[in-house]
Formats: sequence, structure tokens, C-alpha cells
Amino acid sequence: MPETVSTAAQQRLAEIREAAEKAIDKPATLGPDVDITRFRTVSEQDKIDSLASLEKQIKETVIHSGFVADESERSGSYFQMDRTPIYERVQNAFDNAIEIMSTQDALAKWPDEMLEKYWWRAVMPDKDKYTALVALHQTEGYFIRVKAGHKVEKPIQACLFVSESNVSQNVHNLIIVEDGAEANVITGCNVHVDVKEGLHAGISEFYVGKNAKLTFTMVHNWGEDFSVRPRTAVVVDDGGVYINNYVLLTPVKSIQSFPVAKLEGKGSTAVFNTIVYGLKKSIIDLGSEAQLIGEGSRSEAVARTVTLDESVVYSRGRLIGRTNDCKAHLDCRGIVQSSASTQWAIPDLVSEGAPGAELSHEAAISPIAAEEIYYLMTRGLPKDEAVSMITRGFVNIDIPGLPDVLRRQIDKALEETAKEAM
Amino acid sequence: MASAEPLLLIEDLHVSVGDREILRGVDLAIGEGETHVLLGPNGTGKSTLLNTIIGLPNYRVTQGRIVFKGQDLSGLEIDERARLGIGIAFQRPPAVRGVRLRQMLDVAAGGKLPEETVVKLDEDLSLEYMLDREVNMGFSGGEAKRSEMAQLLVQEPDLALFDEPESGVDLDNIAVVGAAMNALLKGDGRVSERTRSGLIITHTGHILQYVNADIAHVLYEGHLACRGNPLDLIDEISRHGYDACVECAICQRL
Ligand SMILES: Nc1ncnc2c1ncn2[C@@H]1O[C@H](COP(=O)(O)OP(=O)(O)OP(=O)(O)O)[C@@H](O)[C@H]1O
Ligand SMILES: [Mg+2]
Repeated sequence: MPETVSTAAQQRLAEIREAAEKAIDKPATLGPDVDITRFRTVSEQDKIDSLASLEKQIKETVIHSGFVADESERSGSYFQMDRTPIYERVQNAFDNAIEIMSTQDALAKWPDEMLEKYWWRAVMPDKDKYTALVALHQTEGYFIRVKAGHKVEKPIQACLFVSESNVSQNVHNLIIVEDGAEANVITGCNVHVDVKEGLHAGISEFYVGKNAKLTFTMVHNWGEDFSVRPRTAVVVDDGGVYINNYVLLTPVKSIQSFPVAKLEGKGSTAVFNTIVYGLKKSIIDLGSEAQLIGEGSRSEAVARTVTLDESVVYSRGRLIGRTNDCKAHLDCRGIVQSSASTQWAIPDLVSEGAPGAELSHEAAISPIAAEEIYYLMTRGLPKDEAVSMITRGFVNIDIPGLPDVLRRQIDKALEETAKEAM
Repeated sequence: MASAEPLLLIEDLHVSVGDREILRGVDLAIGEGETHVLLGPNGTGKSTLLNTIIGLPNYRVTQGRIVFKGQDLSGLEIDERARLGIGIAFQRPPAVRGVRLRQMLDVAAGGKLPEETVVKLDEDLSLEYMLDREVNMGFSGGEAKRSEMAQLLVQEPDLALFDEPESGVDLDNIAVVGAAMNALLKGDGRVSERTRSGLIITHTGHILQYVNADIAHVLYEGHLACRGNPLDLIDEISRHGYDACVECAICQRL
């Protein structure tokens, strides 16, 4: 922290710390409890000059979540290994449009602005022990800002990587898309193939300005013994659009996440698209909440869930109408493919004094219709391949506005999961 | 296989759906290169016969057998029958969420179709708006039939089963569907080298303006009651109805 920090800022930091300290033992309302005292925090790593110098195995791992070493398809990159941001770069063409750095650096650079407007303003540090853990023992995280009026089509990529076992990575991320700006952020979270147990606690606070648009795509690729507790909140201003695409196709020990979109602005929109494969013994508790506060706000959440093996998946969705003129829909469908797996679909609609709010949902858990499988078989496809093709089609939802690069990434990931499931 | 042996041989076939016996002793032989027509009132079991040949599990064979290319089909899965050379265009194909017609064509072709082939199919069958849609999802009656034809064309089965290929299809499109059936059944057109066979269910016979059929059978009360020249039989039925037809003089009673 530079010495120029104002007293107001210092006071705010003290408040955050105090709130977090009180919450450090507070279990989360959802998901299995994780004993956070078992993990030490991640270590420092060496910086690198170019993504090309990443270890081959790491490159191959991160590509599953859309992170590529060839930056010609990207406008900027952030790569954090354990606790060190080992690589941060904005491509020259976007120098005036994008700022990328670690959140610690951003806080040091603009302490008053950060603390006043963004830092722990959307997510509360005393929400539960995981937010408290990050507030007290933060290990960096990315800061991405797209400046007003700049529409950046090429994705910005961020990767949070864990290379050690028995650690917790406690990141705090900020994305700010200023008024009239547009950005596509792809983030991948990965662990090294050798990593056993660990915890990732991640705070993400996103701010979408007036008539701005943020498409945020996250592909999770954790280990079978990894516990993951993201805490995400997004604030959307007038006419702003937030699109959240979440893909989980690999086993995890447990993940519990319930991102919240606060649609404060008039005519603001949030869209959540979720694709989840429950594999092995994964416990996956995912949902999204849209708070329809601004007049004319809209939201849509689409989730497709397939459970295999002994996995347990909760697919939640909550819509809260707080203004008369708002409209939102939830669509969650699941297929249970193994008799040892469990699936819950829990849609949740609330109108808080908003008689005009139109909130609706469709939730279904059902197998693939046999006649569809037979139909594909009449064209010569064996039964198992027919099932896999229909399942892939079921989860591969049309995500309007998804850039081709991301589409290809998701298709590829689904392709590989299907192959492995065969 | 001996050249005298028919491509498809059905003997004393009994088929039940649920507890109901629908087919009660069907005998049928279709030789290589032959196209047969199947007539019969609604609900007599015409689709049941086709669905049984392709092996849909709801159609239980309780007696008799189906032999294709000298091989007894009992115990063979649908896909095995398809790979052996049987193809079907359904009367009402199911919609499959998440699978596009383009993908179905690749499946039917047994691998990625070259783009030229897709373009050609599209020209012949006007598939443009359908290719990237989920197969049969909201397809109009005529679209569904054209999509079925496209799939069969790339699958190139030795025996093609057509379940009412022209029903719900407008006059222009009957010509399109008919041309596709013709292309499929005739191969490159040289009659002497016709090797593909077909079995067509039709009520109106309109499709026979485009496709030459050798013989027609009437399915009546669970079995093939008579057979004869396709156009003559249809004419007779349209004048006097099925009850009279199976008693009439122009057909060969069995
Ligand atoms: N999957 C099924 N489940 C229940 N009943 C069936 C099924 N398939 C056929 N049937 C019954 O078997 C009988 C014969 O049906 P089928 O579809 O074979 O008739 P069809 O001759 O093709 O009639 P149409 O000319 O109307 O198409 C009908 O009574 C039908 O309801
Ligand atoms: Mg029928």
C-alpha cells in the first residue's frame, strides 16, 4: 500500500478486515463445509516473459479452458501461477482500451477509487468463511478494465493456475467495463495434473457500465480432490448487458457457486448459460441469482446438466423481481445417466412487492427419449454413440452472441468429454 | 448368396405391439433391384411391418422370420441392420433436440460428408433452412420428408423402406421427393444394373408417377391378402374400396 492512502481508505480497509475476522469460521449456507485451516496459502513463482515459455504440460492443461499461448487471437492475457501473476500483457493494438494487472497492483495504484467504487462493494467480506479467507489472506487475482467506449471483440484471457498440493489459492478479481465499452473475458481455472488436494476461493466483482457489455466465459478444469468456492457479484448499470457462460466438464471434489447479478440499471440485462457434467464423485452446487431492480430489467438463465458416475449436482436458479417492469425466465434441464448419481433442480422465484414482475421457469429432469436414440441408430450409429451424440446436443446449448473462438473451445471440450465417457 | 435368393425374405411373420397382435402371418419376398408397393387401410400395420424390418424394439416378432441378404435379422440391433444395408424414411420421424440435420447427414454417410455433397443435396432437395436446424424440430410435413430423403440418399441402403413418402407433400415437392427416390433406387440409371430395392407405403399412389414399382401388395387383416400391378390395384381400391379389392378379379389372391 503506498503511503498516499487517504484516511478514509485506511478506515475502509480496517472495516473489511474486521468484518472478515468475525466471519472466518462462518460456514456457507450451501455446499459441503471445507476445513480451511488444513491448507497453507499458495507460494510465489517466477515471472515469465512470454506465454510460449510455459511448461508444455501446463499449456496443454490450460487450453482446455480456452487459454492459449498464441496471443494473436487475444487482446490481452493474465496468467497467475499459485500466488504470482507470472504474466500480464495487453496486445499493443489495445493499449488505450484495456488495463490488466493484479488486483493488488490496481489497489496500490488507485487506492481511493478502488475502495470507494469497487473493492468489496458487490460481495461482502463477511458473507462466509471463504470471503473472509480471501479478505484476510488474499493471493492476488486479476484486475481487468476496459475503458469507456472501447468495444473489444477479441477475448481477454485470464488463467488462475495451481501447481501445488494442499494449498488454498485465495484470489480477488475485478472486471470493470466502463460506459459504452464491450469486452469478452475468458477465464480458465486449472490445476497441474499432479496436484492432489486443495482449495480455490475466488471473489469476483464485476461492474458493467451504462450501455456496456461484458461476456464472461469460465471453463473450470479442477482436480478430483479440489474444492472450489467462488463468490461472484455483478453490478449492471443502465442499458448494460452481462452474459455469463459457465462450463464444467471435469471432475472436482466439490464446487459451490451462486453468482449474483444486480440489475440496478434501467433496461439492464443478465444472461446465465451453464453447462455441467457431473463426473466421478463430484459434488456440484451451482446456481445464479438475478436481482431485477432497475425498471425494464431482464434476465434469462439456461442450465443443462448431465450427471454420471456417483456425482451429485444441484442446479439452482433464483429470480428476484423488485420492480414492476421486469421479466425473467429460468430454463434448467437435466439428464441423470447413472443410477448412482443424483440431480436436483431448484428454481426459485421471488417477487418482492413487484406486482408487474413476470418471472417464470421450466425445470425438467428426464432421460433422452428412446425413439430419438433409435432414430439415430437407423442411420447406422451404434446405441452408445447415439446416446453420446444426443447428450452432447442436449448440453451444447445455443449461446447467442458467443464468439466463435469460445464456441470452438466448448465444442472441443464437449467432444473430449464425450470421448472419455465412451 | 445364391442369385435366386431374394434380397429380403419374410416368412409367416407375426408381430405384436404391446398385447395386440398386428401382423398375423406376412409373407413377402423382394428381389434385388425390385421396387414393391404396400397398400392397405389405415391402422392395418403397414408402418408396423417397416418398423419391424428395421428392428424398432416396440415391435415384437412372435413367430416367423425376416431374412436379409441371407441373414436372419432376429437379434440384430437397429444399427446393425442399417449397416447391413437397410434404410428407412419414417412416416413421422421424431424431433431430436440438439442434433442438426447436417449432423444426421454425416451420421447417415458414416463420416463427415464433403461440403460439395451437402451443397448438391441442398440443391436437389432445397434443404437450405433445414441443414443447421435441429432435425425434425418444427419441420413442416414436406420438410420432414425431404430431410428423410436426404438422409437416405447419403446412406445409400440396398433396401430402402419408404413410409408414405408423399403424404403431406405439395405437388411440386412430390416431384422433388420422387426424383430423390428414383435416384436412390436406380443408382446411375442403367436399368440393367439396378441393384437397389425398395418398399414403398402409399395411399394415393401419386409417388408412382415418379418411381417405377414392379408390384403392389395389399395388407389386410394382418397379412398380405393380394398382389398385383401397382397402378391397377390403386385404381381398383379407389373405385371399390379395400373390402372389394381383396375379393376382386384383377389381383392375384394369395
Ligand atoms: N408403438 C406403438 N404403440 C402402440 N400401438 C401401436 C404402435 N405402433 C402401431 N400401433 C398400433 O398398431 C396398429 C397398426 O399401426 P400402423 O402404424 O402399423 O398402421 P398403418 O397401416 O401404418 O396405418 P396408417 O395408414 O394410418 O399409417 C394401429 O392400431 C396402431 O395404433
Ligand atoms: Mg403408417
